[in-house]
Amino acid sequence: MKYWIGAALLFIAALAAALSPVNEYFFYAGYVVLTFVVLSTAWNILGGYAGYVNFGTGAFFGLGSYSAVVLFKALSAPLAVQIVAAAAVGAALGFGVGIMTLRLRGIFFAIATVAILFIMETLMVNWRYVGGATGLQLLRPDVMAPFSSYTRMLFVVMALLAVVAVSVARYVQVSWIGRGLRAIRDSEEAAESSGVPTLRLKVFACTISGALMGAAGAPMPMYLSFIEPASTFSLNWGVSALAMPMIGGTAHWIGPVLGALLLGSIQQIVTVTISNEINVLVVGVLLVLFVVLAPDGIVGLFKKWVRYFR
Amino acid sequence: MIFSFDLLFEAILFGILLGCFYAAVSIGLSVSFGLLDVPHVAHPAIMVFGSYCTYVVAGWGLDPILAGVVLMPAFFVLGVLIYRFYYETFERRGSEAGVRGLAFFFGLAFIIEVGLILGFGVDQRTVQAPYIGSSLALGEYRIPYRMLVAFGVALVLTAALTVYLSKTFTGRAIKAVAQDEPALRLMGANPVRIKQWAFGIATGVSALAGAMLIIVGPVEPALDRLYIGRTFCVVVLAGLGSMTGTLAAGLILGVAESLVLMFFGASWAPAVAFGLLLVVLGIRPQGLFGR
Repeated sequence: MKYWIGAALLFIAALAAALSPVNEYFFYAGYVVLTFVVLSTAWNILGGYAGYVNFGTGAFFGLGSYSAVVLFKALSAPLAVQIVAAAAVGAALGFGVGIMTLRLRGIFFAIATVAILFIMETLMVNWRYVGGATGLQLLRPDVMAPFSSYTRMLFVVMALLAVVAVSVARYVQVSWIGRGLRAIRDSEEAAESSGVPTLRLKVFACTISGALMGAAGAPMPMYLSFIEPASTFSLNWGVSALAMPMIGGTAHWIGPVLGALLLGSIQQIVTVTISNEINVLVVGVLLVLFVVLAPDGIVGLFKKWVRYFR
Repeated sequence: MIFSFDLLFEAILFGILLGCFYAAVSIGLSVSFGLLDVPHVAHPAIMVFGSYCTYVVAGWGLDPILAGVVLMPAFFVLGVLIYRFYYETFERRGSEAGVRGLAFFFGLAFIIEVGLILGFGVDQRTVQAPYIGSSLALGEYRIPYRMLVAFGVALVLTAALTVYLSKTFTGRAIKAVAQDEPALRLMGANPVRIKQWAFGIATGVSALAGAMLIIVGPVEPALDRLYIGRTFCVVVLAGLGSMTGTLAAGLILGVAESLVLMFFGASWAPAVAFGLLLVVLGIRPQGLFGR
């Protein structure tokens, strides 16, 4: 109950901010940070709980973006429909990849996700309808009533998606599904022999994770008013979506949220003040530092700190 | 799509040359991932780093292949250090090392890539040598000398590593550590030192592979991303740790990619390695020559 009140309050705060005369740039940057909250939360459902690393976040995210663009171009579908469709496509991809490679060891799944990423990029590069390699310029529809700009509206949409994603992750964590996934992470053989339906749980986690990543990608083309394969299917999405839960802590749903808020904000500041390359470097260095020195992330450090003072 | 047997023949010929090159760039990974079971996703990044080191050393007036050979000891030491660090931080701690080890190497790959961007910029780099730019005319076919050089070096490298692993004492120990580590420990050998040595060799070979990479074509910092697919495709298709399998798998990939390049165009070529990798993972994950 406390969780739901908190989530509702945060969402209302985001809505109120979007209706207030705060500087437009806040929403422009905030949208990206919230996207990372969704992506890292989604990544953590499979990567954190079950221990299967997905490098191809960009594939799910990008496929969501392209699904939205196709729907928009063909039927001028409204944003809500685009998001739902993108989630469905992301879920289908997650299910397919999961069925195919989640029987194998984690490293093979990880490599398969990289493969999916590049195959998606090649497909979109060769698909004329969505602009091929040069991309497609998109004309935003008119903004809806209470909002004064499209970016503000997208910010609220992404805030809602973030609340949904975190709630799903929290549900998975506290339910029997989460217990099963944790058992898989600790020892797959032991889990299997104690009657945990390991493959079914892994595929389920991969499907949910893919759906959330796809949904997160849907509003991106409208945010940029543009879509192009190289940056949409970049491996950089993958390293961020992996680094954020690792930095925040993978065991608890709050971990990826903390990691995304922290690292996402740092990225926004670094991109604006220094350069995009340094931004990737910061992610890489922080990832390696945390993985080596603080394997349980910020949440783990916090727990240690609490224990130390009690 | 224009089809003729001349084009087909040319594509297969080029594919064989390319395939040997792919085998050579994958053979380091075949040792580090195939035999030692290290999730070494930074292998292509280290190779591209080798290309840039070759670029610098060749800039002093050395032949690029010689530069690659000169760099091998330094890369050997680098490999030993990387494995030592990986072992102390992840492998020894046992459970859950998989996720963190993977994340570590992924992060390392990005750090190397950005480091190269900061040091050299995003422009493509090439090296100069007499055999780069000219080609051998065989009747109506033209084979670029750079491909022939890469082909030759690749064959020598693969043969040398195969002989080393099957005929020498240390080489057999490396294979033993891959087959049954506890048994090796019971025989009184130290598996960690053997793995460290093997990882060093795998990384040392990457320096020469990097030299070939920059001979075959221009190199840019983000090139490692494409080679994640090619190298892992070859190693998985080969069957983990099989050296002759690596050569065969390299040839399969090379010919497949060359055919797609010839008949469907360059924009489809990057997907070949990744598609083949997915098919292998889906149908026969133990590879062609798997144990």
